Amino acid sequence: MSDTPARIPSLADRARRIDVGAPIVGLHFLGGTAVFVLGEEELLFVSEAEHRVPAHAGAILASASDGTRIITGGDDGMVGETSPDGEHRILATDEKKRWIDNVAMGPDDAIAWSAGKTAYVRTKKGELRTFEAASTVAGLCFLPKGFRLAIAHYNGASLWFPNAAGAQPERLEWKGSHLGITVSPDGKFLVTTMQEPTLHGWRLVDAKHMRMSGYSARVRSLSWSADGEFLATSGSEQLILWPFDGKDGPMGRQPTILARAESRVVVVACHPRQPVVAVGYADGAVRLVRVEDDALILAREADGQPVSALGWNETGQTLAFGTESGDARVLAL
Amino acid sequence: MPAPDSASKIPVTVLTGYLGAGKTTLLNRILSEPHGKKFAVIVNEFGEIGIDNDLVVNADEEVFEMNNGCICCTVRGDLVRIIDGLMRRKGKFDAIIVETTGLADPAPVAQTFFMDEAVGAKTKLDAVVTVADAKWLADRLKDAPEAKNQIAFADVILVNKTDLVTPEELGALEARIRGLNPYARLHRTQRAKIDINEVLGRNAFDLDRILDIEPSFLDSDEHHHDHGHGHHHHGNGLKHYHDEEMQSVSIKTDKPLNPDKFFPWIQDLVAKDGPNILRCKGILSFKDDAERFVFQGVHMILDGDHQRPWRADEKRDSRIVFIGRNLSEEKIRQGFESCIA
Repeated sequence: MSDTPARIPSLADRARRIDVGAPIVGLHFLGGTAVFVLGEEELLFVSEAEHRVPAHAGAILASASDGTRIITGGDDGMVGETSPDGEHRILATDEKKRWIDNVAMGPDDAIAWSAGKTAYVRTKKGELRTFEAASTVAGLCFLPKGFRLAIAHYNGASLWFPNAAGAQPERLEWKGSHLGITVSPDGKFLVTTMQEPTLHGWRLVDAKHMRMSGYSARVRSLSWSADGEFLATSGSEQLILWPFDGKDGPMGRQPTILARAESRVVVVACHPRQPVVAVGYADGAVRLVRVEDDALILAREADGQPVSALGWNETGQTLAFGTESGDARVLAL
Repeated sequence: MPAPDSASKIPVTVLTGYLGAGKTTLLNRILSEPHGKKFAVIVNEFGEIGIDNDLVVNADEEVFEMNNGCICCTVRGDLVRIIDGLMRRKGKFDAIIVETTGLADPAPVAQTFFMDEAVGAKTKLDAVVTVADAKWLADRLKDAPEAKNQIAFADVILVNKTDLVTPEELGALEARIRGLNPYARLHRTQRAKIDINEVLGRNAFDLDRILDIEPSFLDSDEHHHDHGHGHHHHGNGLKHYHDEEMQSVSIKTDKPLNPDKFFPWIQDLVAKDGPNILRCKGILSFKDDAERFVFQGVHMILDGDHQRPWRADEKRDSRIVFIGRNLSEEKIRQGFESCIA
């Protein structure tokens, strides 16, 4: 471990630990409660006490939250909603019981999900809109402004106005399989993760391309900084931050590289207020990184369990993280 | 590469075969045998499979090109997604079976396990099993390139519906299959009846299991008692049917190789001829190297490692095998021999 800092300050033993006994696949905060999404069936609520909320009759494939509720999609073909007090209800059931591969939350309480090649949007009023992609929908996210959904698929992405009946979605073309998708907080840039270890981006005003490469593995985790000036990414043996502060985004610029380690970064989560990033590694370590000077604090020691979920509460005073092997921790800072 | 513990990875068996050959019959047989195992089954059509204990997932068979300028680097996009989802239910099944459509090329399925790091970290490709229709395969080999691919790519071949052909027809068909793929394990079956241990747990892509590369002859196969009189092709007397397009090339040398020449040569070969090379395998003896080096590959993807020390009683031969279409044996031989130290 010659590369890693010999001694960095550690908060690891201050975290509260919960042995979940099941893989953790996601994490959201509802107020002061950390909610761990488990690989199968349940959500685990951790506040003063712990309790489990059944959500699906099988694997939980996708989840999203706006801080007031959690939307989940399962291999039981259900889209579910869970409230902060642990009330669960079914919002939609796929008529063919197909897997719900993706979910997203948008403005005005709208939600989106996908099953196979079909993307669905349900408006606040409960109206359902559908969009058929040419290939399986691999990722969904709403744009920050306007009522518009971005959809990642094979050979590019589509931008769809669910309320514009009959209008053709705008197509952003780039060869290859696009999996994850995100839009910058200012709505100017769209970025996809690809099957290859690379990101692809478009400046939306003119569809100009951006290629962000150099990763050692497929990028599976993305997080925008609080000010929207950089995009934190997993997929390398260091934290890669792409600059999005100017009008050209990362075009022709180098990323900032922090938190170097021997193990691969697998999950990233930017602090909601400060220029600090929580970084989860494949060897189980979680480190907090200050962007300004690469100062590190250890939040979880490496123990060989890949970190699989990581997130901050709304104020950034609590960090929670979980592993593939079911070790959940909540750390108050 | 420090390979994660291979034993902890979920094995994946790929079932191929042209339309009507008996894939679904074999699948149902595997699922219904009293073996106590649970499977996750990835199929293209729900319907004839209905086993309560197993997870059945519907797939769309989406073949995606990788964005690296290589036309043969394709993956099954749906498998990447489905396996990621299935692994959330790890512990609920012991193995995965992927049934492809009759027209599918097995290569993208196989390549998914080598090209996608997340899939490869959790699962391992066990074998490609092809079911062939004894009565109709010969016709399909003439008019359906997919059928030829499925035979050439296979690790295990079931010649099914043997009750519908004469022993002479069966012998001719098997010679035809051997002309395309001399290395697969071949079984004669009726209604896809076979010991499932001949189909599952084969470790055909496991570098540790590359023991020897010898053509697999029928008489090493003890599972066709119903055709006990049908052994007319024995050992070296096997009559080869030379396919005009698809063939295998096998080259051996007893002289040690120079790794600094071999690796650039093979990388260049698969970079240029990768689209034509379906499978390759090799056992190599490098000069001043006490360990056997083994490799295997699918199209342009190569996977290789030192395997174990050569044993004192072992002949240090180097041997490579390619199965593919329009391969130049002479060119490959010259290239390989130029790597001799």
